[in-house]
Amino acid sequence: MLLLTTLLLPLAGAVGILIAHRTPDYREAVTLITASLIAVLVVEITSRYMAGEVFAMTLIEPMPGIAIAFEIEALGMLFALVAGLLWLVTSIYAIGYMRSQNEPNQTRFFAAFAVSIAATMGIAFSANLFTLFLFYELLTLATYPLVTHAGTPEAKRGGRVYLGILLGTSIGLFLLGILITWSLTGSVDFQHGGILAGHIDPAWAGLLYALFLFGVGKAAVMPFHRWLPAAMVAPTPVSALLHAVAVVKAGVFTLLKITIYIFGSDFILSNDVTGGLIWVAASTILIASLIAMTKDNLKARLAYSTVSQLSYIVLGAMLASKAGLIGASMHIAMHAFAKITLFFAAGAIYVASHKKLVSELNGLGRAMPITFAAFFIGTLSIIGLPPFGGMWSKWYLGLGAAETAQMSLLAVLMISSLLNIIYLLPIPIRAFFSKPESGQHYTEIAEAPKPILLAMIVTSTACVILFFYPDPFYQLASLAAGGS
Amino acid sequence: MDHISLLLVVIPLITAPIVAVLPRGRLPWAVTLVVTTLCALLAGMQLWTVLHEGVISYELGGWAPPWGIEYRIDAVNAFVALIVASIAAITLPYALLSVEQEIPEEKIPLFYSALLLCLTGLLGITQTGDIFNVFVFLEISSLSSYALISLGKERQALTSAFQYLIMGTIGATFYLIGVGLIYSQTGSLNMQDIATILPGVVHLKTVDTGFAFIMIGIAIKLAMFPLHLWLPNAYTYAPSVVTVFLAATATKVALYVMLRILFIVFPHGFALATPVEELFIVAGIASIIIASIYAIYQEDVKRLLAYSSVAQIGYMVLGIGFASATGVTAALVHMFNHALMKGALFMAVGAIIYRIGACRMDQIHGLGRAMPWTFGAIVIAALSLIGVPGTAGFISKWYLVSAALEQSAWISVAVILFGSLLAVVYMGKLIEALYFKPITETGKEVTEAPLLLLAPMWTLVLANIYFGLDTNLTVGVAETAAATLGVMKP
Repeated sequence: MLLLTTLLLPLAGAVGILIAHRTPDYREAVTLITASLIAVLVVEITSRYMAGEVFAMTLIEPMPGIAIAFEIEALGMLFALVAGLLWLVTSIYAIGYMRSQNEPNQTRFFAAFAVSIAATMGIAFSANLFTLFLFYELLTLATYPLVTHAGTPEAKRGGRVYLGILLGTSIGLFLLGILITWSLTGSVDFQHGGILAGHIDPAWAGLLYALFLFGVGKAAVMPFHRWLPAAMVAPTPVSALLHAVAVVKAGVFTLLKITIYIFGSDFILSNDVTGGLIWVAASTILIASLIAMTKDNLKARLAYSTVSQLSYIVLGAMLASKAGLIGASMHIAMHAFAKITLFFAAGAIYVASHKKLVSELNGLGRAMPITFAAFFIGTLSIIGLPPFGGMWSKWYLGLGAAETAQMSLLAVLMISSLLNIIYLLPIPIRAFFSKPESGQHYTEIAEAPKPILLAMIVTSTACVILFFYPDPFYQLASLAAGGS
Repeated sequence: MDHISLLLVVIPLITAPIVAVLPRGRLPWAVTLVVTTLCALLAGMQLWTVLHEGVISYELGGWAPPWGIEYRIDAVNAFVALIVASIAAITLPYALLSVEQEIPEEKIPLFYSALLLCLTGLLGITQTGDIFNVFVFLEISSLSSYALISLGKERQALTSAFQYLIMGTIGATFYLIGVGLIYSQTGSLNMQDIATILPGVVHLKTVDTGFAFIMIGIAIKLAMFPLHLWLPNAYTYAPSVVTVFLAATATKVALYVMLRILFIVFPHGFALATPVEELFIVAGIASIIIASIYAIYQEDVKRLLAYSSVAQIGYMVLGIGFASATGVTAALVHMFNHALMKGALFMAVGAIIYRIGACRMDQIHGLGRAMPWTFGAIVIAALSLIGVPGTAGFISKWYLVSAALEQSAWISVAVILFGSLLAVVYMGKLIEALYFKPITETGKEVTEAPLLLLAPMWTLVLANIYFGLDTNLTVGVAETAAATLGVMKP
C-alpha cells in the first residue's frame, strides 16, 4: 500500500494543484506538502526495505501474463530515493524561479511536474517491462507540456524533436525489444539472473540488446541524444530535475534493469553480448564531451555534459561486472546531485542577470558568490574529485573496466574526466577571477531569491556529504549488482 | 428470449418507416434512441448467450436450413453485432444537437429513418447465416448510407455520395456474381451447408472465380487499399453523426463478412492454397504506409481522420493476412478498439464543427484552449490511435506485432511500428494546430461543446482507457471468435 501511495500522492497533488489554480499560494502549498510527503515516504520505504520488508503488488492484468505490477528492488529503491528527495528541493527552487520570472501557465507547469514524478515512481517500482514501458511513455507525455512551456516557435520545435525522438525510439525499437523478449520467453518480468538465458541464441542477444540500447531514447546514447539539448528550452527547474535527474535517469535506469533482470549479468559476461556495443557508449562519452566544449550557451553545455555522463552509466551497465554495475547504479545518484546543482546555478544566474552564455559570465562570481561556489562544488563532483560524491561512482566504474581487463575503456574514462575539467572548470574560474567585459564590477546584480539559494545550498552540501557518507546508495547499488 | 437474434434486425426495420412519418420535433430522435438502446441491450444478451450456451441457430419462419434462411450466431458475429449496436446507442444522444444543426428540419425524421435502416442492414449482415441474405442486408445498409451521406451540408456531399454509390454498387454486384457462381456449383446459399458441399467441388474453376468475385466485392466495401477511394470523400462530407456511425461500424461489418467467407464458408485450406493471404499482407502494408502518409498532408481534419481509418483497416487486413489465431484475434480486437478511438475522434471533430461550422486545419487554430474537454478527448483518443500503453490501441498493436513475430514476418513488424510513428506525426499535427497556433479572431468567442455532445464522446474516450487495462471482453471474445473461425496457421 505504501508503494502505491508514492504513485497516487503526486497524482492527487496534481489534482489539488489544478483545483487551487486561482490562489497561487495554496497551489504552491499543495506542491510543497505533496513533495515533502513523498520525500518522507521514500526515506521510510527505503529504511523498511533495508530492514527486509518486501513490497510487491499487482494492480491489474490487462493481458494474460502481462500485468501492471510493482515490486521494490534495490535499484528501483535507489532511483526512487534520488527522485523523491530531489523533487522536494526542486519544488522549493521552482517556486522561487517561476515567481521571480512571472512565468505564465504556472498551474499547468506544477501539475505536469507532479504527474512526471508519479510516472518516475512508476518506472522505479515497476515489476516488469510492460509496467515500465507504460510509465516510461507517460513520463514522455507528461514532460512534453513542460518542454514546450514557453509556447514560442523555438519551444515548439524543441518539443517536436523531444517527442519525435523519444516516442520514435520507444515505439520503434524499445517496444519491439519487449515484444521479442515476450515472444522468446513468454515473460516480461524482472527476475534475478535474467530471463533470457537459454531462450535466445547468444549471437542474437547482442542485436536484442542493441534494440534496448537505442530504443531507450531517454538514456540519450548517440545518435539518439538530440532530444536532450532540444529539451533545454524548458524553464530551468524542468531542466534541473527532469532533464538531469528524472527523465534521463529513467532511461539509464531502464537499461540497468534490463541488463540485470532481463539479460542477467552472467549471461552477458559469459557470452560477450555487449562487446561491440560498449563502444557506442564509450564514443558517446567522448563525443558529447567534445561537443560540450564548443557550446557557449550554459544550459546547452550542461546538456551535452549530461549526455556524456549518462553514457558512463550505460557503459557501467554493459560492463556487467559487479564493480561496473555498482558504479553505474551509484552514478545515478551521484551525478543527479551534482548536475542538479549545476542547473540550479545556471537558473539562478539567469534569474539574477538574464545571462545565458558562458562568455558573459566573467566577473559575475563576486556578485553571486553562493551561486558560483555551488557551481564549483557541482563541477568538482562531476569531474570526480574527492571530497565529493562523484568520486565514488567513477572509482567503481574505473574498477569495473579494470576488472574486465578493458584498459582502453579505462582510458576513455580518464580522458573524459580531463575533458570535464576543460569544459566545466573554466566557468566558475571565469566568474571568480576574470574581470567583467565592461571593466567594472557588477553592482546592480545580486544573488537570486532565497528559495533558489536554499535549493542550491542543499544539493551542493549533499555532494560533499555523499563523499563521507555514501552508504545508503552504496548498499542499494551493491544489492542491485548482486552482492550482499 | 429465443427470438433475440431476429428481434435485433426486426425492431429497427419496423421502426424505420414509423419514424419517417412521425411529426417534426424531437420525437423521431427519442424513438430512435429507445430502439438503438434496446438493440444494444439485445446484442449484449445475445453475446452472453453465445458465450455461455453456445451457438444460436434461428430458423426464420420455421423453415429448416438449408431451404429456409438461418440466423446463425457464434462468438464472431455476436461480437460484431455488439460493436455495431453499442456504437449506435452511444451515437444517438450525441446526434440530437448535431443533427438539429446540420440537417434541414423537414428532413430530420427521414434522417433518423435512414439511420435505422442502415442499422438494420448492418445488424442483419452480422446475424444471417445465408450468403444471399448478406447481399440483401448489404444493399439495405448501403442504400441508406448513400442517402445519409448526401445529407451533408456542403454540395460535395452529393458527389461523394454518388461516388460511393458507384463504387458500392460495383462491390455489391461483384459479391452477387460471386454468390451466383458458388450457388451454381453447390446449389446452396446457407453458409454451413456450402462449407460441407464445397470440398467436393473445390477443384472447379468456377469456385475459384466465385471466390475471387466475392473477395473483391467485399474488399471494396471494406475500403481495402487500393479500393478505398470512396471512403475519404464519404467520411469528409457526410454529416458529423453519419461519419461517427459509419466510421465505427460499416467497415467493421465488411471485415466480418470477409472473415466469415474466408474461414467458414470456404473450407479449411482453400484460402491458404490461394495467394489471398499474401495479397492481404501486401495490401495491409501498403495501406498502412500510403494512407498514413496521405493523412499527414490533409488540410481537412475529417479527411485526415478518414485516411487514418484506411490505414487502420490496413492493420486489420494485415492481421487476417497472417491467418493465424493470434493474427485474427488481433484483427478482431483492433476492429473493436478502432471503433472506440475513431468514434471518439469523429465525435470530437463533430463537436468542433458544431461550434465553428467547419473543420479545416487553419480554422481550428488555438481552439484546444477554448474547448478543453473536446481537446482532451482528441489527445487521449490520439494516444490510443498511436498505441501508447494503457490505451486500447496498445492492446491491438501488441497482438498484431506478436502475430507477426510468430511468423518472423520482420517487414510486417517494422511496418506496424512505423505506422504508429506516422500516426504520431499526423495526430501531432492536429494537436499542434489545436493547441499551439494562436487563436483566430472568430475562435475567441468559441465556448466548450454542450454536455450532450461531450458525454457520449467521453464515454468512448474512457472506454479507450478501460479496454486498454481490462481486456477480458475484447481479447477474451476475440480469442474465442478466432477459435470458432478455426484458423489454422500456427
